[in-house]
Amino acid sequence: CLSERRRGQLAALSIAAVVIIVGVPLWWRTTETYRAWLPVNQINELANLQLQLSADVEVVFARGTVTPEQQKKVPTQVVISLCLFCSSPLEADLSLHTLSESPCGSLVVYVIPESSTLLPEDVDVYIGQRRTALLRIGAQMRVGRTLEQLLAHLEPRIKQVLQVMSFSHTDITAALSDRVRLSPGNKESIADSMRAFKSSPGYEITFSLLNPDPKSHRVHWDIEGAVQTYIQPLLTKLAPLANFSIDSQTLYYAMLGVNPRYDSSRSAYTLNSDSLAHVINPVEARLGSNAASSNPVLNFLLYVPDAHHSPLHIHDHKKQEVLSNAFHSPRWGGIMVYNVNGFYGPEAVFPVDININMAKVMGVFLAQLRLLLGVQSSAPPPGFLVAPCSSTGLADWELDRLMWSRTVENVATATTTITSLAQLLDQIGNIVINDNIAQQVSSAVTSLQLAVAELEAGNLGFALQYSKEAILASERAFFDPSLLHLLYFPDDQKFAIYIPLFLPMCVPILLSLLKIVSEARQKRRERQAKKD
Amino acid sequence: FVFIMRCNFRIVLFLPPGLYKTPGRKMQIWLFYEELVIRPLHSGDIYASFQFRTVWETDFMRGNKVSHYRLFPKSLGQVISKFSVRELHISFTQGYWRTMQWGQPFQPSPPGAELWVWFQDSVTDVDGTWKELTNVLSGIFCASLNFIDSTNTVQPSASFKPLGIGNETDHRFLRYATLPREIVCTENLTPWKKLLPCGSKAGLAVLLKSEKLFHSSFHSQAVHIRPVCQDWQCKTTSWELRQTLNVVFDLHNSAQGKREWSLFKMFSRTLTEACPLASSSKIYIDITDNPQGEQFEVSPATPLLSQAVVLGDRRTFSVYDLTQQITFGTVRSLNLLIRWKSSEGDMLRPLLHAERYVAGYGLQTGEIHTLMYNNHPYRSFPVLLLDSVPWYLRLYIHTLTVTSKGKDNKPSYIHYQPSKDRLRPHLLEMLVQLPPNSVTEVTVQFERALLKWTEYTPDPNHGFYVGSSVISSLVPSIVAMDTNSTRERPLFSSFFPCKEESSYFVRVYTEPLLVNLPTPDFSMPYNVICLTCTVVAVGYGSLYNLLTRSFQIEEPSPGLAKRIANIIRKMRGVPPL
Repeated sequence: CLSERRRGQLAALSIAAVVIIVGVPLWWRTTETYRAWLPVNQINELANLQLQLSADVEVVFARGTVTPEQQKKVPTQVVISLCLFCSSPLEADLSLHTLSESPCGSLVVYVIPESSTLLPEDVDVYIGQRRTALLRIGAQMRVGRTLEQLLAHLEPRIKQVLQVMSFSHTDITAALSDRVRLSPGNKESIADSMRAFKSSPGYEITFSLLNPDPKSHRVHWDIEGAVQTYIQPLLTKLAPLANFSIDSQTLYYAMLGVNPRYDSSRSAYTLNSDSLAHVINPVEARLGSNAASSNPVLNFLLYVPDAHHSPLHIHDHKKQEVLSNAFHSPRWGGIMVYNVNGFYGPEAVFPVDININMAKVMGVFLAQLRLLLGVQSSAPPPGFLVAPCSSTGLADWELDRLMWSRTVENVATATTTITSLAQLLDQIGNIVINDNIAQQVSSAVTSLQLAVAELEAGNLGFALQYSKEAILASERAFFDPSLLHLLYFPDDQKFAIYIPLFLPMCVPILLSLLKIVSEARQKRRERQAKKD
Repeated sequence: FVFIMRCNFRIVLFLPPGLYKTPGRKMQIWLFYEELVIRPLHSGDIYASFQFRTVWETDFMRGNKVSHYRLFPKSLGQVISKFSVRELHISFTQGYWRTMQWGQPFQPSPPGAELWVWFQDSVTDVDGTWKELTNVLSGIFCASLNFIDSTNTVQPSASFKPLGIGNETDHRFLRYATLPREIVCTENLTPWKKLLPCGSKAGLAVLLKSEKLFHSSFHSQAVHIRPVCQDWQCKTTSWELRQTLNVVFDLHNSAQGKREWSLFKMFSRTLTEACPLASSSKIYIDITDNPQGEQFEVSPATPLLSQAVVLGDRRTFSVYDLTQQITFGTVRSLNLLIRWKSSEGDMLRPLLHAERYVAGYGLQTGEIHTLMYNNHPYRSFPVLLLDSVPWYLRLYIHTLTVTSKGKDNKPSYIHYQPSKDRLRPHLLEMLVQLPPNSVTEVTVQFERALLKWTEYTPDPNHGFYVGSSVISSLVPSIVAMDTNSTRERPLFSSFFPCKEESSYFVRVYTEPLLVNLPTPDFSMPYNVICLTCTVVAVGYGSLYNLLTRSFQIEEPSPGLAKRIANIIRKMRGVPPL
């Protein structure tokens, strides 16, 4: 009888053991969601990212700026004579550019003697169209000082040049605005930083001609030619930054959202600056989104007011006419009003054929495009002279400046995307992580690390390339539809399904285990009582 | 800058104003036409058909990127160039066209949504492009075209030939899909109207008020894009965008039973102007059955008449040219009025029509019957029948029979592609000769498949739709005479009617089918789980008891009477029993 009891206890124990050792892990494995491995440690490292930017600056001393004994200490002997026949700094800039081709992101500063007539009297620094600057050596630098002193004297000024031509603290904070909270205070700079489009691998530029009154005006614009002449050179120059595609359309009966007010003193219609905000919405419904891609769209609208509301002028905050008769909307595009009532007399036969002066229109749109793309034209510090724009509309160093901030912005955005994805996946255990998502995440992390390393090394081109790859991979991982499949399958439902099986199975096991334990305890107590 | 301005100015002075163009670049031709055809029907209903045609001259065949749009809508232009589309036909229809009551429509379309696209032969991954294209189009037209996938897409081998120029007829580049379940409403009309150059602000499009258009017995809107020739020699090519909208207003519903129609009654608007961008803007009223005005009268009367051979029949139309100011009269608005005088007279029977139904009982097997009527008294003609049946109806193709006049009618061409479960539908195409004055019946049996429980639609007891059959045919024409004698032709060839007009192309759509599939009780999975678990638990419990319990023989306990007796004896102080 005792052996029979013993056998029963053993059977109960072994069943409990099988359930615990085999059953539970098997159930766990078969009902678990697939989660591929993610480089969590590296992502966490990225979360507190330390960015270090470095730019190569080459300082070239022209003849007459260093003494022979200083010359001996200069590591590389690049003391050149500046072109003797140059009469203007522009020519000097061009001839210097042919002398040394500097890679993207680097700078060459030529130090010229105090007495040089190359620069006008009150100009100390001249910034060229390429990646060069001319720096007039200070008057107080008498010959005979040591090289260290000379360099110490030049350093703050070279720093200043670097801030104008490559990057400054404010640029980088603006680019990092996603991650770093801006210090409240300078409202103007916040507005400036929010004007430009976010960094994206591509942009769609759409020019729209709005003709609300096709009965009176038959408007023609040679947009194809104008794009070729004015816009394309700039975009070709910006090609390393992003892909651009351009299209245009004509919209008829497209109205502005506001009724302009008639100003009898000027006998013209006016649009106030505070009503401009309401202009865009009704027009935007007609513009149509870009069906064929998901890149951000930059809209440029040319509005030809109808015959009964002409001429139409935009007024600024001070009730003054805006000269260009145009305005732009941050991260959206620009609108220009083009009055045509001067093209025909009062006895004209409608509809009137009107050809638009594209040079005037494109001048405005080009300026707006530069603003919206984030090409900053902040005023240089005193004593600086900036070379006039070249035919492409963009100097090399301006492109570099844009590339610096875009790279930093890309790195910041990709890091935010990846860390928030990792957080999300960490918080919600139900999400399936496929192998391809894991692969995208790790490639994004690798590209990010490479981009940061290249930024540190000062290789701007590669850094931008890697940061673009990082952004693409991180977005692809973040927006992968497979992440959503099991998102709304909560754990309690899973347990509800298994309770009809588990409850009847576990109750006898638990009860018999309890019984065994209590019996064992009783036995021990008896044994102790016997001993006593 | 000022200098450049002056230069430009001088150039302008020397050129005539219309020709101010950059030298070396050809002027593009953009044209826009709009048209409304109204046909009073014998049933007292009225049929209105809008057509808007935009022509854009461009050399698209060389594959260069075009991105500057004027009258052509940018969204569609981008779709064409991104997906290398050669031809695109899309239609949204609410209601079923009753051929026997209303005659042939100008543009036939099946109920629900229909999309067929010819891709250019440069496309390598046609299926991937098709999938992307349907997604983009569903965004443009606010429709559920994203439900088009491989399970409802077919590649017809003969039924859908390109309607534009181009000699590529390899059906690898063709995709055809229908969504018979699609419901068409205002949200589809608004984006469709947005594609028009004048929007709904001017011209005929002001009549397109959705509250009236959808209060009708039949509503169909379509977009057709195809490459066409610009001239007779086809030296220049252009894209043609045709937007059509057909609507039939019901006598009892819209006109309160009065046989009197006006533009205002139909559309709750009158016309005041043509679209200023349109090269032609006309309204046609079909007065063929009413040459002397004995059936109905049209006011205001118009002296302009036009004759055209439409669908094999010579029709006469009153024409109202909206570009002429005189059309609008003194009140400066046009409100056409059609008043019926008698309700007699009957319509010419359509020569070809078709119907379809599903037969059988129970939820296992069934039979699809397709009936095709040839009403021509003495001519037989061949028709192409296209059937696309979803995979969950498993067709038994060996049971396919085609009979006409009680005799077996052997199709001269059969193209059958069997379905694959959850991958592709059945495709059946047949070329059948219809004998004169006969009914040809095509039957095929099918078995219903069991779906997985996630594959059912949200309302599975409503049934599952099977798209319309498509019947395409060249029907012999009633009029054989070529009325257009202005074309240069030698005398010896012009006496007998020319061949092109002796028959005309007709496409007929049958009704979509609604088939019930065996539908489970959807709480079943949980019930099954509970039941199984209970059975397992019971079996397990008894097994567990057998294994762990030890069985002992125990003294039977004393009965109730004995116990009571013992208690009493205890009280009395007597030893128990």
